[in-house]
Order: sequence, then structure tokens, then C-alpha cells
Amino acid sequence: MTWDRMQELMWPATWETLGMVGIAGLATLVIGLPLGLLLVLTDKGGLLQNLAVSRVLGVIVNVGRSIPFIILIVAVIPFTKALTGTSLGWQAASVPLAIGAIPFFARLVETSLREVDGGLIEALKAMGAGTGTIVRKTLLPETLPSLVSAVTTTLIALIGYSTMAGTVGGGGLGDLAIRYGYQRFETTFMWVIVAELVIIVTALQLLGDQIARRLSHRGNYRSPLSFFRSANAAPRAEEIDEDLASSH
Amino acid sequence: MITTKGLTKVYRSRGRDVVALDDVDLHVRQGEVFGVVGTSGAGKSTLIRCVNLLERPTAGTVTVDGVELTALAGSEQRAGRELREARRRIGMVFQHFNLLSSRTVQQNVELPLEIIGLDRHDRRRKAAELLDLVGLADKARSYPSQLSGGQKQRVGIARALAGDPKVLLSDEATSALDPETTRSVLKLLRELNQQLGLTVLLITHEMDVIKSVCDSAALMRGGKVVETGQLTDLLADGRSQIARDLFPLGDFGTGREDRTVLEITFQGDAPAQPFVSQLARTYQIDINILGAAAETIAGRLVGRMRVELPGSHTDNVVPIGYLRQQGLQVDVLDLSNGAAA
Ligand SMILES: Nc1ncnc2c1ncn2[C@@H]1O[C@H](COP(=O)(O)OP(=O)(O)O)[C@@H](O)[C@H]1O
Ligand SMILES: [Mg+2]
Repeated sequence: MTWDRMQELMWPATWETLGMVGIAGLATLVIGLPLGLLLVLTDKGGLLQNLAVSRVLGVIVNVGRSIPFIILIVAVIPFTKALTGTSLGWQAASVPLAIGAIPFFARLVETSLREVDGGLIEALKAMGAGTGTIVRKTLLPETLPSLVSAVTTTLIALIGYSTMAGTVGGGGLGDLAIRYGYQRFETTFMWVIVAELVIIVTALQLLGDQIARRLSHRGNYRSPLSFFRSANAAPRAEEIDEDLASSH
Repeated sequence: MITTKGLTKVYRSRGRDVVALDDVDLHVRQGEVFGVVGTSGAGKSTLIRCVNLLERPTAGTVTVDGVELTALAGSEQRAGRELREARRRIGMVFQHFNLLSSRTVQQNVELPLEIIGLDRHDRRRKAAELLDLVGLADKARSYPSQLSGGQKQRVGIARALAGDPKVLLSDEATSALDPETTRSVLKLLRELNQQLGLTVLLITHEMDVIKSVCDSAALMRGGKVVETGQLTDLLADGRSQIARDLFPLGDFGTGREDRTVLEITFQGDAPAQPFVSQLARTYQIDINILGAAAETIAGRLVGRMRVELPGSHTDNVVPIGYLRQQGLQVDVLDLSNGAAA
């Protein structure tokens, strides 16, 4: 296969992948963030303690997380059809992707929020803040760097899942790799696609890290990629803080 | 300013009841610095957290500035509107500062003002004023992670004062700080108390804190207040445990039958008189000084001295009478059980 032919096939597939992951990612953020918040707030000792709600949400999230993605795709076809009017194409594939990612992201959000020091919430209460204020002024801003990391992780997981979207004619890079690389023995082409996926994932991780580190004023943000960097190459927290302070 | 009546808090943890507060009656007068002291686990934090109802007492009432807070609606997790508004008039500082790491110093101080609903311009002005007051005007744009412990606590204090509270609650505000920083933070609290007429309720496990800033104190043990009063009164009371703890004079004397050990407390001008040498000269006795300490407490010079006189208590009735005549407070220590007779 020529390089030109490869490019001809790869561009539309790239856009399909980015389209699915983008739409599913957006839906996951919009639904998963409040869900993660509710998991924390309704839990025992939470600001909106409600054990019944907490338990129901917990079960929904756990069930959502245990269904294998390939089964989820098929199982939600009727729902997908009702929502998008079709059960085929990348638009249709973004529905099961979102459904699979929402519980995953909600758990990540929950874990981040639980790391907020109870003392901060107490300080806000002592100032006379209500629940909404505490969420807006403390919980979310204080966890922003780790929420950004959670989004990065979720998007990368979505890219992984999107390779199975070919099952419902979703297209995308994964589908291309399987159809040409596996079924037509175009091994070189397959590796080119894998290389592209690696580049996309790495770029996403680096971007996410960069944003998270920019947002962190605590000086202890550690990227999953930091293993590959030498210790003294990472900028010190004070330097970043000063950068930001002077650019405000 | 702050009154608690019959305040009781029982925690139920894994089927067992822990009585953290047991029928506590406390009265903090307007404009004073009131210290609660006690060992770890005595119930001090529970007490101060009950004052602004971060903790709902099991029984009893809390009244702050004429408002009975325990009568206002709300659960431990969610406070009703009236309680939230009452809390805006009570400042609180914490042992671990509890500053938001995502906000600059100035933004941290502005936070309570945002909650009150002040507009941006007024918030800026007020925050600048407060940072000036605590001596951190130049750190307004730093983040908490760039500050030292003492500076963080100053920010915490500025933030607590943002809503112009009449009452400041302090839960071990200096316990995470080194001695020198502790002194400067306590000095700041004292100044704020005097300049703004702020009533301060602070809790601590360190007697030094009581000594350097408090007008009144309470001693807690096992959830109960075992002693309370103004320091000047407590110091004049030979049986006061707080007074004794303020002046740790070490062990008692030799414990011999034919010796009398006295504890002499003097306040104000009394130490100006050379009473020990006068006593020795007048009665021709040898006086053995076992220990002595002098401190400025609640703005007054106070000292305590432990001396040993030859002969039994009955042999020394006359010299003791002489000392009392000089305006000194004299307690005869009963060596057999270690308490002041
Ligand atoms: N949330 C809680 N649940 C159960 N027991 C508690 C809780 N908070 C405090 N206690 C108990 O109440 C007692 C008093 O604690 P605290 O007020 O923190 O003491 P202090 O501040 O004087 O060290 C301790 O025995 C402690 O174990
Ligand atoms: Mg405590």
C-alpha cells in the first residue's frame, strides 16, 4: 500500500475517532462530574447525606463499570437508535462510549473529591457557606488539577474503547487497523495506525499534564509520565506559582 | 458574649458512647481573651466546635452575642440560613490553617466576603486592609504553598476577621508553629483583641499560651471544666490548679517533719519589697529557697516562690503571719499528700 493511499484512508478515520471520543467525552464530563459529586455528597458524613440515594448511585456505577464494553455496544443499540435516529456510524458509536465512560469518570471524580481536606470544608462551614458555595468555591477549585487528570485519563480510555466501535460501523482508526491490518494482512499499515494512536495518546497526556500542572499551586502534582523525566527537569512549584502570580 | 449551659456531647462510635463534653457551663465576657487548656482528648476541640455548631451538642445551649445558636435550625451536615448568617459574625482560625491552595492570599481573605455577597471592589479594599493589619500586605498575590507557617496563620486570622466578627474562635492556632512564631501570632491576637475589642475564645494544650495572652481561663479534664475564672483571681487562690500549672516549681522540698514549706505568691508591687531577707533578719531564721518564678500574666507581674523554714507549721505561725501582713499570699504545703493546706 502506498503512503498516499494510507493517508487517504487515515484522515477520515482519524476524524471519526476524534469525533466519537470528543462527543462521548463531552457527554461524560457533563453527566459524570455531577454524578461523582453526588457520590461524595450523599455518602455518610457528606454535605447532602442521603444513604438511600448514595447506595442506588453506587450500584448503578458499579453495574455500569462491570459490563464489558463490547456487550454494552450491542445492548444499548435500541437506546442509541432512539437518541440518534441510527444505530450505525461514529455518531451512534459515541452513545455506548459515553455510557461506558460515565461511571468510570464518576469514580475518578469521586476519588479526587475525597482527597479534599475535611478542614477546608469545615472552614467554609464556619464562614457560613452553604452546600452550593462549598462545592463551587472549595471542592471543585481545589481538585481542578486532579479533575483535569481524570478527564485526560478518561479521554485516553475512550480512545482505547473507540477501537471496538467498528462493531456498529462506527469506523475510526481501530476499525481501520483491524480491517486492513488483520483481515487483509497489511501489517505495515497496521503499525502506522498504531503509531498514530500512540502519538495521539501521548500528546493528550502531555497536554493534560501541562494544564494540570499549570493549575496546581500546591507543588505536588505528579504526572503518570513523570517517570520518564529526570527529577531535576521538572520545574519547582514556586517557579510555576510565581509565573502565574505575575501573569494574573 | 459566649455562654454555654449544660453543654454535653456524646459521640456514638461503633456501639460505644464517648462523652466528649459533660455538662459544660462556660461564660466568656465581652472583650476578653479566654483560654481553655487541657491535655489531648480532654474535649477542647469538641467544645469550640460546639460554639459555632460545627458539632451539634447532644444537650445544652450555646448563646453567642445574645443569639441562642442551638435554637437555630440545621443538622450537623447542613446549617439553616439563620445559623449560616450567625456564623458569618464568628471568626475561626484552625491549627492547620485550612487555606485554599488554589487561591492567592488575597483571594483567600476575600472568600468570606464573597459568601457575604460583597462586590468585587469592596472585597479588594477590605482584603488589602486586613492583610495590612496582619502585616502581610506584600504577600497578597502569593499562594499559601509559598508562605511559612506563621504567615499562613496570619492569613487565616485575616480571613477570620473579614466578616467583622465580634468573636474569634481559635482551635490550637499556634500548635503547629515554632516558639518564636507562636509568640508573634499570640501578640497579634492580643493586639486585635485590644484594637478591635474582639472577644477571643482560644483553646490550647500549652500553659504558655494562657500565660501570655489570656485574661481568663478554664481547665478541662475528661470532658468537664474543672476550674474556671479570671487569671488574677485564680492566682490569688492557693488551691488553683491553673495557677499551679502556670508556675511549675518542680518537686516539693525535703519532706522532713521538722521543716515547713511555704508557697508565696505576689502580684503587682509586692516583689519590690525584699521580704525574704526581712523575714530572715526579723526572726533570725535560715530560709531555704526551693524554687521561684516570675511572669507577666494578664498584664501584671506575678511571681511565686517556694521556701523552706526550719521547724514545724506550728513553730512558724508568727513568720507566716508577718508575710501575710506584707500583702503576700502564703500557702503552707502539706508534704504528706502534696496539696496546699
Ligand atoms: N467525631 C468523633 N467521633 C468519636 N469520638 C470523637 C470524635 N471527635 C472527638 N471524639 C472523642 O472525644 C474526645 C474529645 O476529643 P477532642 O475534643 O478532640 O479533644 P481535645 O481537642 O481536647 O484533644 C476524645 O476522646 C475523642 O476521641
Ligand atoms: Mg483538639
